Amino acid sequence: MSESSLTREQKIELYYWMCLTRIFDDMMVAYWKQGKGLGGTFSQRGHEAISVGSAYALEPDDVVAPMHRDLGCYLLRGITPRRIFANLLGKATGVSRGRDANLHGMGDLNHNIIGYISHLPQSLPVTVGVAMSFRYRNEPRVAMTYVGDGSSSAGLFHESLNLASVHKAPVVVIVENNQYAYSTPLHQQMNIQDIAIRAAGYGIPGVVVDGNDVEAVYAATKEAVDRARRGEGPTLIECKTMRMLGHAIHDGAEYVPRELLAEWEAKNPVLRFEQRLLAEGLVDQAEIDEIRQRCQVEVADAIEFAEQSPYPDPETLEEGVYAP
Amino acid sequence: MTYLAAIREALQEEMRRDPNVLILGEDVGGTFGGAFKVTQGFAEEFGDRRVMNMPLAELAFVSAATGMALMGLRPVVEIQFADFITTAFDSIVQFAATNYYRWQAPVPWVIRAPADGGIRSGPFHSQNPEAWFVHTPGLKVVAPGTPADAKGLLIAAIRDNNPVIYLESKTLYRSLKGPVPAGEYVVPIGQARLAREGEHLSIITYGTQLRESLAAAERLAQEGIEAEVLDLRTLKPLDREAILQTVRKTGKILIVHSANRLAGVGAELAAQIAEDAFEWLDAPIRRLGGADTPIPFSPPLEDAYRPDAEKIYRLARELAAY
Repeated sequence: MSESSLTREQKIELYYWMCLTRIFDDMMVAYWKQGKGLGGTFSQRGHEAISVGSAYALEPDDVVAPMHRDLGCYLLRGITPRRIFANLLGKATGVSRGRDANLHGMGDLNHNIIGYISHLPQSLPVTVGVAMSFRYRNEPRVAMTYVGDGSSSAGLFHESLNLASVHKAPVVVIVENNQYAYSTPLHQQMNIQDIAIRAAGYGIPGVVVDGNDVEAVYAATKEAVDRARRGEGPTLIECKTMRMLGHAIHDGAEYVPRELLAEWEAKNPVLRFEQRLLAEGLVDQAEIDEIRQRCQVEVADAIEFAEQSPYPDPETLEEGVYAP
Repeated sequence: MTYLAAIREALQEEMRRDPNVLILGEDVGGTFGGAFKVTQGFAEEFGDRRVMNMPLAELAFVSAATGMALMGLRPVVEIQFADFITTAFDSIVQFAATNYYRWQAPVPWVIRAPADGGIRSGPFHSQNPEAWFVHTPGLKVVAPGTPADAKGLLIAAIRDNNPVIYLESKTLYRSLKGPVPAGEYVVPIGQARLAREGEHLSIITYGTQLRESLAAAERLAQEGIEAEVLDLRTLKPLDREAILQTVRKTGKILIVHSANRLAGVGAELAAQIAEDAFEWLDAPIRRLGGADTPIPFSPPLEDAYRPDAEKIYRLARELAAY
C-alpha cells in the first residue's frame, strides 16, 4: 500500500517533518549522552514514518493523543521545537511549564493534542471519549491515538476498542508494533503474528502497514480517517517497525539481537523516503541538503532557547492544581 | 423529598439546562434507569444519546468521560456501586486528577458513586472509598448528608471545571426525606454547614453519619449536653475555617465517619486540628469510624463494624465529661 495521492509539495513537506523529527531526536540523544539532559528521555528513532505519516492524514480540527515515541506528531501538529526542548529540560517555557517530564504531559488543546499519560494504553479510552463527543455533537471530526505492542496486552485495549465499536466512535488507533515493550520481546507479549487481527474481535477493520514507509502509513491512516469521518466507526492500524534504541536513554538495549537492528537499519524510514524522492526525481540532493540544514538550525535554536529559558518559580508549585 | 429524588432532580434540571451534560454508566439508559433507579425515565426524556448505557468496563468508560470532558462536555458517570470504582481507579487518579496541573486542560466530569453500607450488602457493596480520592491532588470530593445538599452539591459538581467524586449514600436513598429548594439550588463545593449548634462538644461528620450524629445529639440534649454538629459536605477541599471555628467554640472534638477509621479522612482532620488549634482543645480528639476489616455481611458483624447513633452518643457523653 505504498501508493498515495500525495503531490510533490506534500511529499517534500512530509520529508521535512521526518527530517526535523530525526534531527531533533539525534541532537536530543547526543545532548543526553553528554550528561546535559534532565531525567530520562525517549528516542523515537525508527518511528518517524509512523508519527509523521499518520498525523499528516488529520485535519487541524481533528484531535490526537500521541505517546512518547510520536515526536513527529507533536511537531507536525504545531508544537514548536523550542517548547518541546524546554519541556525536556523542565523549563517554565516548556509545554507543561515544568510540570511533566520528557514527552509526557505535552498536551495543548490549541493544537488539538491530548497530553500523554505514561500508563499505556490509557490514552486509548480517553481518545475514544473524545471521538464519542464528536459524535454526540455531530461534528465531522476524528480522534486518533497511538499505543505500542505492549499496550495491546492490557485489558484496557480490549475495553476501549469494544466501547469504540459499540458507539461507532470516529477514532483511529495506531499500534506501533516496534517488537519490544521495554525489554520484553513480542513473543513473550503475545501469541499472534499480527496485532491487527484483534480488530475482528470488535467488528472493526484491522490493517497491517509497513511502519517504515511514510506513504504507506499516510495512505492507511487517510483511509481510516475518511472512514471514521463518514460515520463508519473505528479502525485499528498496526504499523510494523523496530525500536532502534533502548526503551529510554539509560537503556542500552543489550537484550536486542544486533542482527535484528541491522536488518531494520536497512529500512531506515527517513533515508528510505529520501532515496525514493531522489529516485522519483522529485527532489535533488541540493534540496535535501537544504531541508536538513534548515532542520538543524531549527533544533539548534530550540536547544539554545531551552537552555536560556528560566526554570519555573518554586513559588508557583501549588498553582494550577485545579481549573478555575 | 427523598435523598434519591433530590439527586434525580439535580440531574434532570442540569440536563435540561445544559446540552453538554450527559449520563454514562452501566444500565442507566433505556427503560431500566440504573441499579437504584436514579435515572429511571431519563432515557425517555433525553434519549439514549444522552443517557448512555456502557459496556461492563468502568476503566474504559470513566476514561472516555475524561475524553468527553476535555472536549467541553460535562459527563456525569454513574458507578453502579462505589466499590466498583477501583476498576477505574487508574484513569481517575493518574489521568483525570493530574491533567490540569500537567497541561492545563480542564476535566469537568462528575462520578456519582453510591457508597456506604448498613443495608446488609456485604464487603463488595458497602465501601466508603473517599480517603483514596482525598489523598489525590486535583480531585474534589463531596459527600452530601441531606436531600438538599444532595441536590445542591450535585449541581455544583456538574458545573465545576474539575473532576468531582460525588459520594452518595445509598443508605439514605429512600430512608431520608427532607426539604429541597425547588429550581436552581447550588451548594458551593468547599463549604461545611453547621447542622446543629451546641457548646459542650463538636461532632464533625459527613454523609450517612450526619443523620446518626444528629440523632445522637438529640439524645445528648435530653441530658443537658449540647453537641454541635458540623457537616463537612465537601471532603476535598476541606473547609478549614469552619472546622477551626467549631474547635475554638467547644474545645472537644468527636470525628465520625462510616469509612475505615485507620488513615481515614478523620485522621487528617484530627491532625489538622491538633496542629492548628491545639491551644483550644480541652480533651483529646476522638474518632469513630469503621473497624480495620472488610465490611462484613451478617447483621451483628456489620453493626459492630459501623458507627451509629448509639455509639456516637456513648463516645460523645464520655468526651463531654472529660
